[in-house]
Amino acid sequence: MADSVGLALPAPAVPREPAVRPLRARSFKRGAAKRKHSFAGWMFVLPFMVIFAIFLVAPLAYAFYLSLFTKGLATGTTFTGLAQYVKAFTDPSFLKGAWFVIRFAVVLIPVQMFVSLAAALLLDALTSRYAKFARLMIFLPYAIPAVIGALMWSFLYSPTFGPLQNIASVFGTSAISPLSPDNVFGGLMNVVTWQWAGYYMIIIFAALQGIDPTIYEAAKIDGATPIQIAFRIKVPMVSSALLLILVFALIGTLQFFTEPQVLQVVSNGAITPDFTPNMYAYNQAFAYANFNYASAISFSLGIIVFIAVYIFLFATRKRGSILK
Amino acid sequence: MKKKVLLSGLSAVALVASLAACASDGGTASSTSAADTTNCTNKIVNESAPRIAVWAWYPNMATVVDNFNKLHTDVQVCWNNVGQGDAEYTKVQTAISAGKGLPDVVMLESDHLSSYSIQGGLADISQYGANDVKKNFSAGAWADVTQGDAVYGIPVDGGPMALIYRTDVFTKYGITTPPTTWVEYAADAAKVKAAGGPVFGDLASNVPSMIMALQIQKGAQPFQIDKSDPKKLTIKLDDQASKDVLDYWAGLVKTNVVGVKDQFTTDYISGVVNGDYATYVSAAWAPGYLSGAGVGTGASSGVWAVAPLPQWNASNPVSVNWGGSSFAVTSQSANKQLATTVAKGLYADADSLADGWKNQVIFPLNTSVLSSQEFIDNKSAFFSGQTANKDVYIPAETAYKGAVYSPITVYYYAQLTAAIAKINQGQISGSDAATQLQKDIVTYAQGQGFTVTQ
Repeated sequence: MADSVGLALPAPAVPREPAVRPLRARSFKRGAAKRKHSFAGWMFVLPFMVIFAIFLVAPLAYAFYLSLFTKGLATGTTFTGLAQYVKAFTDPSFLKGAWFVIRFAVVLIPVQMFVSLAAALLLDALTSRYAKFARLMIFLPYAIPAVIGALMWSFLYSPTFGPLQNIASVFGTSAISPLSPDNVFGGLMNVVTWQWAGYYMIIIFAALQGIDPTIYEAAKIDGATPIQIAFRIKVPMVSSALLLILVFALIGTLQFFTEPQVLQVVSNGAITPDFTPNMYAYNQAFAYANFNYASAISFSLGIIVFIAVYIFLFATRKRGSILK
Repeated sequence: MKKKVLLSGLSAVALVASLAACASDGGTASSTSAADTTNCTNKIVNESAPRIAVWAWYPNMATVVDNFNKLHTDVQVCWNNVGQGDAEYTKVQTAISAGKGLPDVVMLESDHLSSYSIQGGLADISQYGANDVKKNFSAGAWADVTQGDAVYGIPVDGGPMALIYRTDVFTKYGITTPPTTWVEYAADAAKVKAAGGPVFGDLASNVPSMIMALQIQKGAQPFQIDKSDPKKLTIKLDDQASKDVLDYWAGLVKTNVVGVKDQFTTDYISGVVNGDYATYVSAAWAPGYLSGAGVGTGASSGVWAVAPLPQWNASNPVSVNWGGSSFAVTSQSANKQLATTVAKGLYADADSLADGWKNQVIFPLNTSVLSSQEFIDNKSAFFSGQTANKDVYIPAETAYKGAVYSPITVYYYAQLTAAIAKINQGQISGSDAATQLQKDIVTYAQGQGFTVTQ
């Protein structure tokens, strides 16, 4: 196979300028070797590329292709170009859902970051034998599948079975309903923070473990208190880990789906089928048979996520340089 | 070096080839045989007979399928349960959109038939002799599965509606006879509330089909489909009757005499067990559902009774239906004639029907059962020995005239659910909700290419 590549190279033309010929030949040789190498390289990444193309690029391309058509139950499918995107960005359901996840991200991410950073700093400072146990316990919610976690919270939130009512009745009041239309924002935020804070904590914790302890010793010799060490040394040194989880959290939140989808059945109508853009896309595709519009919504959400992440990375790149 | 490159190249090619082989295997398998009849939940009795794939979720379906297969040497049912209600519809809809993957026969609630027939997903089985069994059903039940002359399903069970109530609550608060009109219902509700009792009923956002039935009871005709052209729709969701019914329930919610919890949830059922609701406006399958969920045992045993559904005009009673399913033949079926035989015969033999109604799994629509003395005289254990069939459910089913369901049922129900949730949250009045629904559904239907008359 490799030979055939070498043979396939065009034979040098009849030399008109003999003086240049050796040079040219050399360059040909070098090019061939390079090509040989790059061919081997491509062969090595081929298995990945094939899977990448089949399971990511092809579905994406197909979804984009679908989004260019409009299908009516009574009309059949027609090519409409970008009309579905115009519809999506003027569809109150989609815009409402997008606005919800953006608000949700703005409130949720700082809370999540604070909880996970605080937990990681505490665990890093603790050296007792309970630290390992505590680390496992904080991480545990992440090991529970999101659907199971949401189901569990649906029982905890239940006004009939949940502990909230029991606690409230001790004080002689009736419990708040975390899934009522006014409280659903906070109710969901609690579930997501519970689920993910442990995971983010582990990422930050791992970064903290990677810091050279001699830096702390030097700081101590300089007279730094533990709190000063935490905020002046540890936090800046794990800033890249913080950035990473910020991006994770941002993408995850904008694609919010599992928890509201599971809790929908117990929300008494507070969580609607168009609650988040992903839920809306899911329902458009699988409940209302509008695969084309669902593709357009998914791509529109993709655009929003891309813009959000780009803005974010752009903003933090500057901050990163200040920190350094 | 060369060898290595060669090897890596070869292995990559082999990998791609094996992947391609996988893909082409899957492709040919599903395109040559219309429905998968190799993976059956049930045991095939007659191995040599042709098989018909069926999706259904009746709780006693295993018994029903075995009965059918034992009775038939010419055809065998290969049954799978792919989920109940919406869970199945999601799969049905996806398979219709994909153009493959449907079984030959699928269990569908009658209000979903036109959604799939408009997409060409269901076969008109009148040409395969479906009308042979028309005589086995009430006019209303048959009307629910037909559009003009086209037959899209064979009915199995239905849900004539009635008023289930708790005798203990009624006795405690001095209600001697169950309300016969909605005016009385509201008055009784206020009376119980004033005496410090529980809420009287429940306006649940997740039972839009029930609300639609109650609107039809007052004379609303939400949807009409042109018999000659199913793409011509008449939509009337904001007529006076529809508004009145929504306003009526919104009023009950506003005065806190009915609850606003979604139904079929553990919270709701535990409330039903605890006596938090004096009545349950529901269908004939409700006793079976409630028993299955643990209601009617322990503290809540012997307290249930049933009365005819309250009326708007007592001198002109109207019977309505909530739920109930039929067997439809899909257009993807390779053998529609045989599939129709299955649709007609499945859950239609005496043993299966008896198993169904005696275990309170279904309220059968087959008149062979409805007119049998055993069924008529049956003393319901759930209703403390009341002859519920004779007193309430059979008259309700016999008087049922049928309804027209829209070809955009799933979307309509989702919007109605959202509207009821808004009513329950006090954000909107019943009439305004009806007006908004009309606007929304008309826009959607037009977007789907229907010619809409308002």
